[in-house]
Amino acid sequence: MRIGLILGGALAGLALASAALSAFWTPHDVSQLAIAQKLLPPSAAHWFGTDHLGRDILSMAMLGARTSLAVALVAVGIGMGLGVPLGLLAAARRGTWADEAVMRGNDLVFAFPSLVIAILITAVFGPSAVNAIVAIGIFNIPVFARVTRGAALPIWTLDYIRAARVAGKGAALISLQHVLPNVASLLIVQATIQFSLGILAEAGLSYVGLGAQPPVPSWGRMLAEAQTMAVLAPHVAVIPGLCIVLTVLGLNLLGDGLRDASDPRLRVLR
Amino acid sequence: MLRYLSRRMIVMGLSLLAASALIFSVTELVPGDPASFMLGTGAQPETLAALRQQMGLDQPLPLRYAAWAGAILQGDFGTSFTYRTPVAGMILERLQVSLPLAVMALALAVAVALPVGLYAAARRGRAGDGLVMAATQLGIALPNFWFAMLLVLVFAVKLRWLPAGGFPGWSDPAAALGSLILPSLALALPQAAILARVLRSALVETQGQDYIRTARAKGLTTGQTLRRHALRNALIPVLTILGMQFSFLLAGAIIIENVFYLPGLGRMIFQAITQRDLIVVQSAVLVLVAAVIAVTFLVDLAYAAVDPRLRRA
Repeated sequence: MRIGLILGGALAGLALASAALSAFWTPHDVSQLAIAQKLLPPSAAHWFGTDHLGRDILSMAMLGARTSLAVALVAVGIGMGLGVPLGLLAAARRGTWADEAVMRGNDLVFAFPSLVIAILITAVFGPSAVNAIVAIGIFNIPVFARVTRGAALPIWTLDYIRAARVAGKGAALISLQHVLPNVASLLIVQATIQFSLGILAEAGLSYVGLGAQPPVPSWGRMLAEAQTMAVLAPHVAVIPGLCIVLTVLGLNLLGDGLRDASDPRLRVLR
Repeated sequence: MLRYLSRRMIVMGLSLLAASALIFSVTELVPGDPASFMLGTGAQPETLAALRQQMGLDQPLPLRYAAWAGAILQGDFGTSFTYRTPVAGMILERLQVSLPLAVMALALAVAVALPVGLYAAARRGRAGDGLVMAATQLGIALPNFWFAMLLVLVFAVKLRWLPAGGFPGWSDPAAALGSLILPSLALALPQAAILARVLRSALVETQGQDYIRTARAKGLTTGQTLRRHALRNALIPVLTILGMQFSFLLAGAIIIENVFYLPGLGRMIFQAITQRDLIVVQSAVLVLVAAVIAVTFLVDLAYAAVDPRLRRA
């Protein structure tokens, strides 16, 4: 499983690095259209070839990485920022109406797949990249709330929590100082999983036009534009898809590796 | 069992109520109301007010929600702004494509995941297991719509075995099923990968249990213990994932319909969004969410069927 962790880290690192690099430099300027150079196959000048508008696909893919990773990252932030406190609250007030309210609220949001949330938001406010972030973010909230509550519940029965109570600490302080650090490793693993799911969801949303809008490059929209040209120039449809697969694969391997590293008991099972 | 059933039904009813109220209030945020939309910008204020009154739009929000929900319970989803036809009929027509697609995909996912999961669990730690697990990692990372494009390139464009898109209608069942094969394959395989992994780890987890050791001791092979004893006990996590996968499949179907130009619910939603036909979007979203809630209910029932202990809960 060590190999998985290293391979995953390398793939995810590559995606992150190209996203970061694209903020300063791309091999070609994608705001310049060169129709004469359209649909060129991969070559020394254009490693991944060019698209139907003559834009360099490598440069587009790097910029697309930035969109994908940024959307998924902020969505994980929203999910953790709201879900973790809700989960901690539910665990601290387990069995009360507050716990019940959080859990039933979770169930309600769970009935709305992120695509459906995005459809609703787009119908009301019109399409934009922010929709994708909000839709995936909302979808992430109950995920983190459940994981946090589930992991925090057994911790509340432990002796050192009782000691903290005797010392006069309130539920909020105990949640922050004692419960949160003990569920943190689980949350990091979950964050990696939601991050990779977020990249898949963002690709799907921008593919159907509910995510990033032109001229912001995104992997999903590159695929949508490539669809009619895939027969003429397969590389236009293959490269963005490979970017998605490799990034998601990398993050999943990283998540699995981190989970195994944080819980030695799992190694025996696998 | 009756108590478990009635409690689950009450939860489902409340979820439907809350979800529909949420959908209704969100779509209420849109500036402008159906009356001003129907009359256009040049309408006289008096005509507008009269139409509003006629349509009940001058009522407070809770009353309007009650009227809307009451009509839906009687099968009346309202009338599409653009097509001037009942939305209920439109949705029913589109479901004839989307529902078979989702069901075919789910069946296919289970049909692939079950033998793969069993095989990997039986070969745990060996080369076969490693290979299968690596393949499922790849499957999970695959965006279904991209996979769909690749399937079209290979099976429709190169080999010409199956149509690249479109839907001939159910009057020709064989052609209709044929046009759903590639879409359901694209939807099913990534989900099968997830399902196979969950099944494998659930099966592996049962291997330390006493009843498995007993089964082995009385002479059953690894495969036999897995199929006869471990599988039933591994079903709870598998059912949970299956239930969640149905909502992924529904959402995925919306996207996949766009790849294959299938006239399903998903295509209808995107057309409605571009046409600002809000009542169609609202109704279609309600149908999708209701389907997810109904499946959650069915999964709860399946839990009780699989695990008798839960019936007393």
